[in-house]
Amino acid sequence: MTGISEPGASRDGYGDALLDLSSDERVVVLEADLGKSTKSCHFRAKYPKRTFCLGIAEQNMALVGAGLAEAGKIPFASTFAIFSERAFEQFRNGIARTGLVVHLCGSHGGMHTGQDGSSAQSTEDLGIFRTLPGMTVLHPCDRNSARSLTRNLIDHDNPSYTRTARNKTREIYSEEEAAALEIGVASELRSGDDATIIACGVMVERSLDAADELAKHGIMARVVDMHTIKPIDKEAVLSAAETGAIVTAEDHSVIGGLGSAIAEILAEECPTKMRMVGVRDKFGESGSPEEIMYKMGLTSDNIVQRVMEIVQKPGRT
Amino acid sequence: MQSQSVEELNASASKCRKRIVDMVYKAKSGHPGGSLSCIDILVALYKGVMRFDSNNPSWDDRDRFIMSKGHASPAVYSILREVGILQDSDLNGFRSLGSVCQGHVDRKWTEGVDFSAGSLGMGLSFGLGSALAARLDGSKRHTWVLLGDGEIQEGQIWEAAMAASHLEVSNLTAIIDKNRIQNDNFVDDQMRVGDIGSKFKSFGWNVININGHDMHEIVSALKDSKTGNGPTAIIASTVKGKGVSYMENNPAFHGAAPNDEQYALAMEELS
Repeated sequence: MTGISEPGASRDGYGDALLDLSSDERVVVLEADLGKSTKSCHFRAKYPKRTFCLGIAEQNMALVGAGLAEAGKIPFASTFAIFSERAFEQFRNGIARTGLVVHLCGSHGGMHTGQDGSSAQSTEDLGIFRTLPGMTVLHPCDRNSARSLTRNLIDHDNPSYTRTARNKTREIYSEEEAAALEIGVASELRSGDDATIIACGVMVERSLDAADELAKHGIMARVVDMHTIKPIDKEAVLSAAETGAIVTAEDHSVIGGLGSAIAEILAEECPTKMRMVGVRDKFGESGSPEEIMYKMGLTSDNIVQRVMEIVQKPGRT
Repeated sequence: MQSQSVEELNASASKCRKRIVDMVYKAKSGHPGGSLSCIDILVALYKGVMRFDSNNPSWDDRDRFIMSKGHASPAVYSILREVGILQDSDLNGFRSLGSVCQGHVDRKWTEGVDFSAGSLGMGLSFGLGSALAARLDGSKRHTWVLLGDGEIQEGQIWEAAMAASHLEVSNLTAIIDKNRIQNDNFVDDQMRVGDIGSKFKSFGWNVININGHDMHEIVSALKDSKTGNGPTAIIASTVKGKGVSYMENNPAFHGAAPNDEQYALAMEELS
């Protein structure tokens, strides 16, 4: 990868990747008046002819992307995660069903979005896009991994939805580590055999903090970054089952998201003690990211508690 | 495609009408009314105007035809049969399991179909994407989108109309099959769409009004629409169920098959 990656949000990684991919003339960028926010604005500034600003009209944007894809272009469209939901049926009928490859990025996903309040805090997006046959669903945890995974979409044969976060997160991957990531292959960030925390997006850094805390109690928890929600890395899930206790962590509803995807595999193939950290069938409200994450039960303490509930090995104090 | 005389085009349309009724009759379901209303336009496009090679239907630089009102699939299959891409046996399988002739047009199933429809309101956006791609490629290919007058009740149509004008695409033509009937009833009873031409004009489009069953007017309008600056809307006044007496202007035949007696009568009238 070229360029210097500064600490940032995963949405910055999306913007970086579009520039990385710009030498491929097939790449076109679509915006719905949120390019400054989703970070496609950097591509727009350098390549205005290959950028289509379509106004506040996500449904149209989706199908314009399909029309471009049919003619051999590789469209990258973005808006807020929540407004991508507005074009869900367009993605279902106009893209996923038709075998056309359009890549959609929803930024500002989850409770982590904070101050904008509940209208912007998408906690359904991963779940609904996961239901579409053939759709790839990504949720990277930091700037470098968002950049790398988005770059990988250039050779991807399926349409995709990528959720990015508005706010900055810690750097989890160096540029070199991120460059090795593959769509559909989970990444083990911390080894451990007493329990496994499987997380995505902004919950990955919280999971690492939780693992640190658990280690103080003698519990060695594995931490897995499940950046690809679909197709999910089944091997990584079955391997996690061998630790005897799995806790999922997502800034998303527990209905339909990462936790559900893991539970679907475990229930059928390897029933395992499991708990989910996620949004419990609620809407959010305005507040700082940390305040709202605390209120919704999306902290490292919440993860620690859930691991303690099911871990086989008695914790030492 | 070598352009043909009005007489030849009308003869093709007549054959296509019989195929439409036949397919719906055999499938015992489907949408004859809106297929019969737009078939003259499709014949004019495929046999008179479109840049298209029936020997190579997936030629990259062909014009694109977007059947946005995807329930009028019998019209599409009948013209694809007319130009030799589909066979009678394909049409006979319409709506049956495994058939290339799906209930609503589908690009994954049928060679020569550019767009998968069935959910109204999406085709104009897709057509805009096709037109933008052609412009990026520096190609002369044109994009044609067929819309229903009921279909334009969908808000996405107006998102696309606004964008096509804003982006100044001149290689895009929308043809509105104004047959005045939608699924439940007459358009004016369900949701008035008002003066369609004025609406498109106010969105910055060129507008041409024609009789959608007059082959000479259709061909002229299609050709003229390629020469304007900006996108063009052709408002085609049509008759739902055109050519079959009991289907004409009858909301009941938006989505219903004829019975044996009605089928015989239709075939007689279309002969």
